[in-house]
Amino acid sequence: MAAESVPKIKLLEGASADLSAATFQIHDESHTMGNALRWMLMKNVPHPSENVINVRIQMYDNISSFDALISALDNLDHLCESIEDAYLESLRAGRFERWEEQH
Amino acid sequence: MSTDFNPRRLVQVGAERVSNVSSTDFPGHYPGEDHSWNLQEFRRDLRVEIQRLSNRSIEFDLVGVDASIANAFRRIMIAEVPTICIELVYIWNNTSVIADEVLSHRLGLVPLNVDPALMQFKANLDSATDHNTIVFELDITCTRNPGAPKASENPDELYINHEVLSGHLRWKPAGDQLTVFEGLPAPGPTNPNIVLAKLRPGQSVRMELHAIKGVGKDHAKFSPVATASYRLLPHIKIKKSIPPSLSEKFQKCFSPGVVKIDSRTGSASVDENNVRKDSVSREVLRHPEFVDSVELSRVRDYFLFNVESEGAYTPERLLPEALKVMREKISIIKNATQALKAQIEGTGSGDVDMVDT
Repeated sequence: MAAESVPKIKLLEGASADLSAATFQIHDESHTMGNALRWMLMKNVPHPSENVINVRIQMYDNISSFDALISALDNLDHLCESIEDAYLESLRAGRFERWEEQH
Repeated sequence: MSTDFNPRRLVQVGAERVSNVSSTDFPGHYPGEDHSWNLQEFRRDLRVEIQRLSNRSIEFDLVGVDASIANAFRRIMIAEVPTICIELVYIWNNTSVIADEVLSHRLGLVPLNVDPALMQFKANLDSATDHNTIVFELDITCTRNPGAPKASENPDELYINHEVLSGHLRWKPAGDQLTVFEGLPAPGPTNPNIVLAKLRPGQSVRMELHAIKGVGKDHAKFSPVATASYRLLPHIKIKKSIPPSLSEKFQKCFSPGVVKIDSRTGSASVDENNVRKDSVSREVLRHPEFVDSVELSRVRDYFLFNVESEGAYTPERLLPEALKVMREKISIIKNATQALKAQIEGTGSGDVDMVDT
């Protein structure tokens, strides 16, 4: 992969001074991360928020959009961990049909 | 298996439209209900169940997540879980009728059996080492078969080496690769019978091939899956019982096995263990006698995954690898966000360093 000279995340023009509303541009990511992150942000941001490829977060009551983004990332990680646990448990339990497929 | 789902979880399937497509479990959507993120509730409702597993493919259910999450895993399995493929081709000689660039492209597409976990990504073009590059040699010349039966027109009898096959790739171990791959099948194609070029007497192909680690978003040859897809669990509700005289007609409106008919009473009912087999063709809604008797829908958070491996990973490893990639991405973005936050707080929030779009 190319050497990382571009910053992974940037704050775009137009953020409010208290950073309660900001647009983030995440380098080398696509809808894969964008939509998953948008969904997780929606779980905790009261209202309103909108999504573009640049992730824009608007908070009420001057709460930092940075903290919202960081906690959404944390939650997303816990979600992945839970799915991994459940999947590995199902694999370990072995209660599924096994069959042989020809090439 | 429970037949009844919370109506909020259902996507209605009408004769000519689908409705209630989007999820509504967000804070503020339902007055007096809290739908903010709650890990305990999520873990309680989450279900991941493997249904079928073969040497090549896996089917599993992922229940209790949003489409954005299921879609992220699907997309990562296709485009971001790494594999090893031939990327650089050094051609010493190619007198076959296949042009160099076409042959190189065909070589790149050959699925290899190398476990990607054993290799590192190559940082740039000039930094090949035994940790990031596997070298193959292809050296083949076609000759006449002196023992060919007279009047034969079969190239298999007339010539020796008249086809360049994936099985002709010869691994050239470098550095400590012999130790790394000890006890494993030698690096090579998962299928030795892929025809890469055809030769006639006097023609030859001689080249060195470098295989590296890459991802499907760079080139589809790196994708570890043949397909990675999901669909939503179908849900069929019979609102008004079907007259036994119409049971068979009703049954034929659905995929085989979905509707069962009681042999004694002749009444039709949905076989809950087989609903997943339904194609949701909506055929039943074309018949006026059934329209008011049945409700078709899909369960919005009930994903039936089907993933076929190309061979670099065993099928059951694909989801864990996708989860690993996802969690690495999260970790990288989180670190970058914290660094940016610290940098901005350091300069005082009134003087934010912003970037033009």
